[in-house]
Amino acid sequence: MANRCAVIGIGQTKYTDKRKDVNHVGLVREACKRALEDARLSWKDIDALVIGKAPDTIEGVICPELYMAEGLGMVGKPLFRVHTAGSVGGATAIVGTELIRAGLHDKVLVLGWQKQSDSDITWALSPNLPFNPPLMAGAGGFFAPHFREYIRRSGAPDHVGIKVVVKDRRHALKNPYAHLHQPTVCFEEIRDTMMLWDPLRFGETCPSSDGACAMVLTSEKFADHGSARPAWVHATEMRSEPTFMPGRDEVNPRAGRDCAAALYKRAGITNPRKDFDCAEIYVAFSWFEPMLAETLGFAEPGEGWKLSDSGATSLDEGGDIPWNCSGGVLSSNPIGASGTVRFAEAAIQVRGQGGERQVDGAQLALAHALGGASQFFAMWIVGSEKP
Amino acid sequence: MREVAVIAFGQTPNRRRELALNEAEMLAPVVAEMLKGVGLSRTDVDFTCSGSSDWIAGYSFSWVTAMDALGAWPPIIESHVEGEAAWALYEAWVKMLVHEELEVALVYGFGRQSMSSPREVMAMMNDPYLETPLWPDTISQAALQARALLDAELCTERDFAEIAARNLRHAESNPLAQLSGQPDPAELLEEPTIASPLRKHDCPPITDGACAILLAAGDRARALCKRPAWIRGLAHRIDVQALGRRDLTRSQSARLAAEAAGAIGGKVDIAELHAPFTPQDWILQRELEIPESTVINPSGGIHQGNPMMGTGLVRFGEVAVRIINGEADRGVAHGTQGPCLQQNIVGVLEGE
Amino acid sequence: MSESQKPVTNISTPVAMHYNYSIGAGMSTFMRAIKEGKLLGVRCPDTGKVYVPPRLTSVETASPMSELVELSDKGVVYTYCIVNIRFYDQVLEIPYAYAYIVLDGADSAIMHLVQECPIEEMRPGMRVQAVWKDSSEWTESMENIQYFKPTGEPDMPIETIMDEIRRKSHA
Repeated sequence: MANRCAVIGIGQTKYTDKRKDVNHVGLVREACKRALEDARLSWKDIDALVIGKAPDTIEGVICPELYMAEGLGMVGKPLFRVHTAGSVGGATAIVGTELIRAGLHDKVLVLGWQKQSDSDITWALSPNLPFNPPLMAGAGGFFAPHFREYIRRSGAPDHVGIKVVVKDRRHALKNPYAHLHQPTVCFEEIRDTMMLWDPLRFGETCPSSDGACAMVLTSEKFADHGSARPAWVHATEMRSEPTFMPGRDEVNPRAGRDCAAALYKRAGITNPRKDFDCAEIYVAFSWFEPMLAETLGFAEPGEGWKLSDSGATSLDEGGDIPWNCSGGVLSSNPIGASGTVRFAEAAIQVRGQGGERQVDGAQLALAHALGGASQFFAMWIVGSEKP
Repeated sequence: MREVAVIAFGQTPNRRRELALNEAEMLAPVVAEMLKGVGLSRTDVDFTCSGSSDWIAGYSFSWVTAMDALGAWPPIIESHVEGEAAWALYEAWVKMLVHEELEVALVYGFGRQSMSSPREVMAMMNDPYLETPLWPDTISQAALQARALLDAELCTERDFAEIAARNLRHAESNPLAQLSGQPDPAELLEEPTIASPLRKHDCPPITDGACAILLAAGDRARALCKRPAWIRGLAHRIDVQALGRRDLTRSQSARLAAEAAGAIGGKVDIAELHAPFTPQDWILQRELEIPESTVINPSGGIHQGNPMMGTGLVRFGEVAVRIINGEADRGVAHGTQGPCLQQNIVGVLEGE
Repeated sequence: MSESQKPVTNISTPVAMHYNYSIGAGMSTFMRAIKEGKLLGVRCPDTGKVYVPPRLTSVETASPMSELVELSDKGVVYTYCIVNIRFYDQVLEIPYAYAYIVLDGADSAIMHLVQECPIEEMRPGMRVQAVWKDSSEWTESMENIQYFKPTGEPDMPIETIMDEIRRKSHA
């Protein structure tokens, strides 16, 4: 029988396009120190560190956590690096929970980070391999055809993507850590941005951010040690599916459906929309919200856009299932951290630490991280009650 | 604590260059054969984890295509470690301790070093602000460590040559080994140095290779393997990286990992030490307190091959197979990454 | 503060790494064939799905695949994207369309440019045909095909085609 795991400390940096004032160690220590302070622990109390980051081509260092070991206070201790593309922030947190649940450690620091300003992000994400003609350039270009297919399949009106962005960017105004703070953001403003990869406009894409997010996970023994009540980990789940399967459905990936179904079964969730008080879902481009709403069981196939369109996912509009009160990936995207941020923001909600972005009385929250060609899924459920 | 064992191991022949096949194509037959050997199909694998490096592969997300070669449908539970696959083994072990429904796990690693200049590429595994701009390549860094040992009068160059000779001699019985032979250490010492005091025999070969291990838990392991190699202890630790900030004649983290894994004291029939450079073998023997009677690197150690990011996993596999086939009862496996034995993982494997 | 006292806020370290990639046996087969103007796929023995480019093992079942299939250079558009932005090292005139194209006889989709088609006429289900470079210029490269263009034939029900492909999966 595995042990329980609690989140007792959370720390983030303010996400921004270029952190010129800190180097790698400075960036991650900022998040870690805040998490330790929140947990009322010190560096030497930490038993192990799990660190996640997306491609090392972005910072131009092979396994930077190795040279950062001293700055992370991990000399003489176990330090572990995860890399599962965009979902890494979530996968990292999951490994952290397992170290606790296996009884190997009592206090684990989990950290996701990325310093995207170090190099050219477009190059780092899609270096042109020989033998492949360079066609699309950039992640948005990869996903745009699949958004088009979703729109065709579901009959969703064009405006839904824009509405999702406006919602998330308005949420971000309530989150001091979010990268994009756009006080005047409105439907027309997003609609009038340049169409990059039709049907995806510039305004519907995530920013490129520098940032770090850390969480202190503990065993039950230390659950009440933090400055706020703990967030209990109720369940975690991961799934991956291959890239080149003929007929692969990138619009509604089986890996996502399977991951969510397995996760909900573990935690006794039968109706995600009703059972969760809020969700932090990896929506890096506008149309992912309606698509993931279907994949993750919040709406029937073909109906996800109605959830977004109706305001159900908006905190501001009093929606019954707010998604991404933090502003989500659309408002901040240091790739290696973004999954951790989702997991952390879900924990922030059930700990009542959300400030202006708090969902009143949130007790059960879902977090999701997505990576690769919509193929890597990492999810967790956290609650204010012990599982 | 749930019992988890290594029940099978496979690897490609270690070659200087594998031009015809890409990483996924190299890996697929190894995994297929390994599964077949224990009577399992790919759908019997409950968790998959790999270790590799985007910079060695030469492009981002490089491990993703390897997954395509393994038949990942329906979708699988899978994760990836950026770095040495021995740490992917650690992740698989931890997950199996927690999740009872994970009974069988596949761990693999691969590296095709022939594609680039390893010395150049691996210089990127340093502090990018203060060290990388000086391009400290791995051989020069290891040479500094060797020099520290000589200056402290802990070792002689002859000691290093004898370690190489021992590895090469053991590799003679390994059909997959890249290098092997019966050289006289005195002859090895006559070779010119590459980066003083290191000679070619002190350095790892440049290898293209892939490797994989199967783990299984409890009674499932007993059902699949006549003599599973039980993981009695597994732990990893890390030292500060900067060479000037540590005693290069030591590897504190190797010692700490060995202590935490329970590898020190007790019977050690065999030890597979992931020492990319011969002086590091000497250091590890000391830190892990390897008994005199232990057979070290029966596979040939680093001289059998360096499929980088898989080499540490191979050490675990080589200990495991010798336990499985009854050659040994208890063994220590070690993996490393980071310059000069910076980060180390140690495991104790034992047969019933 | 004098120049020498100003804090150093960044350093720039240009890095150039040279890699010799091997595309692997599957792609090699494809490239050798495309040099002769042929498009090759390979059939999965378990699902019957034809992969293009060929691979040594099935992505779904890991079974070795060896049955090579010669494919038409005509196909159907599954979905597509219109690019309106210029990126570094991009040589194409904007706006341009690229699409996932299911070649006749294949189950996987390839990605390629679609040209000689007014942007507003791009649509799923459209029949397209490869436009090759002059055969004297053919090498081991996907770029032997410059782009795909509409054939003018009636559209095909791509949704049905995709459903049929998906139904071939065993799981």
